Amino acid sequence: MTHTLGRPDFDVIAGWIEPGHRVLDLGCGDGSLLKHLQETRGVRGVGVEIEDANIVAAIRNGVNVLQGNLEKGLDEFADQSFDHVVLSRTLQTVRHTEGILREMLRVGREAVVSFPNFAYWKNLRAVLDGRMPVSEDLPYQWYDSPNVRFFTILDFDALCTQMGLTIKERRVLDEQGATVNAQDDKEINFLGSLAVYRLTQAR
Amino acid sequence: MPGHSVGAVTAQCAHFSEPLHLRSGGVLPAYDLVYETYGTLNAAKSNAILVCHALSGHHHVAGHYADAPNNIGWWDNIVGPGRPLDTDRFFIVGLNNLGGCHGSTGPSSVNPATGKPWGADFPMVAVSDWVEAQARLADRLGIDQWAAVMGGSLGGMQALRWTISQPQRVRNAIIIASAPKLTAQNIAFNDVARQAILTDPEFHGGNYYEHGVRPVRGLRLARMLGHITYLSDDQMGEKFGRELRNSSFSFDYDVEFEVESYLRYQGDKFAGYFDANTYLLMTKALDYFDPARLDGGDLTKALGRTDPKTGFLIASFTTDWRFSPARSKEIVSALLANGRNVSYAEIDLNFGHDSFLMEDAHYHGIVDAYLRNITL
Repeated sequence: MTHTLGRPDFDVIAGWIEPGHRVLDLGCGDGSLLKHLQETRGVRGVGVEIEDANIVAAIRNGVNVLQGNLEKGLDEFADQSFDHVVLSRTLQTVRHTEGILREMLRVGREAVVSFPNFAYWKNLRAVLDGRMPVSEDLPYQWYDSPNVRFFTILDFDALCTQMGLTIKERRVLDEQGATVNAQDDKEINFLGSLAVYRLTQAR
Repeated sequence: MPGHSVGAVTAQCAHFSEPLHLRSGGVLPAYDLVYETYGTLNAAKSNAILVCHALSGHHHVAGHYADAPNNIGWWDNIVGPGRPLDTDRFFIVGLNNLGGCHGSTGPSSVNPATGKPWGADFPMVAVSDWVEAQARLADRLGIDQWAAVMGGSLGGMQALRWTISQPQRVRNAIIIASAPKLTAQNIAFNDVARQAILTDPEFHGGNYYEHGVRPVRGLRLARMLGHITYLSDDQMGEKFGRELRNSSFSFDYDVEFEVESYLRYQGDKFAGYFDANTYLLMTKALDYFDPARLDGGDLTKALGRTDPKTGFLIASFTTDWRFSPARSKEIVSALLANGRNVSYAEIDLNFGHDSFLMEDAHYHGIVDAYLRNITL
């Protein structure tokens, strides 16, 4: 299966974003997603990124990028100034989980979040075998991982409930990027390697 | 960084005989602007970049003079074939602003009404006046729209002012180590510098030229003070620490610590060639700069007058405490609130405010990446 820029969650995210929308991509890396959305969806995009090399790469990609630290909030952005605020494969690296989710829904109408599912069966098996998991979606060794939060799809569902956030849509993907279809949430939690959410908040 | 110098360059002079009405209420009946250009203006005249200078800068941005090979432009490291301001692609214009002391009309020029140097009679000039004069130079060069206007510090303020005063004539603004207005602390530093000059017995109310003297002591002190604020504490610590010129204390007021030696050298060098009245004017232009003033201090409203198509690159330096990253972010926020295209880089360089003049692969890589995306 081929995916946009080799990132199956990008296909899901791109499918949720309508032409001309204003998109904020947090932890935008080299700006690939925004570049793709600008070219295919005509969105007006801004990225936030902390790494020097990624700032240069994003500018080279013709993407508006702001150097900043997500842990310090999104002060530079006004309330509800974006249609979508994207946080792809980055939530697990942020210490202030609730803070960043609240900020996303302050500056945007909708938050789009993707993260690796720690409860994916291969990850569980690795732990049962006595080693921390290394997989397509958790590609780091325990000692060099930028990840500081390890959580599952069920954990995240529970946090959304606790925070009063509405899950507008949830897509769970396997390691090949195919959608996991199962009736039972526990089974989805077991089979999914990567989860992508659309979140809103009653205002 | 690959690339090389533009080589030997020559300065040119444009005379303007249409009066310029200044923000201060004064009028310059006629004036000269000295400028240099590098590269070739393309047929569509779409590849021109204006480089605006800061407090002590001038038109000699890059290259050297054939008869003075050591007189290298103040931002030579960023301009030239293969450098970020690539002269194989862009036509670069640098000028000496009005009120300057490097050939453009300023306080040391002859006032045609009196036949004597303008001195204290030279009218106060504001950043908006410089932009107006620069626009007239652009007209003269046949440039309707700049591909980019760029500057650091006070130069960045000119680039920002261009986007508000002449929005349709700027496709991109590159604003480095700058601010939307000075803080009280910044104005305070400027005033101490001015007081050093104004209280020098050889200042003669600004008309020192006719006395055959220059307020060198005041200008030297002003530069020494300024210089301290352009560097970072860390950098001064690394460069000088508490190093002594001799091995032990001498218990007198001669030069003892290396940092004293450095500052005195910098002060002497500057006071030897710069005009004190120009220094006063430039610092006042800095103090007065506040494009949001007419909008009740609302920078978002002021930047609402920029063209939606204009792109912005804003950059700051982590160790710059005179124009801190927070000040650049104020510009970024106001642009974002207007939905403008803006990128912002916070560059970790150790040279304080002076970082913007330094050659650094990451810093220059950002400017290079931004400029390469400009379609001509």
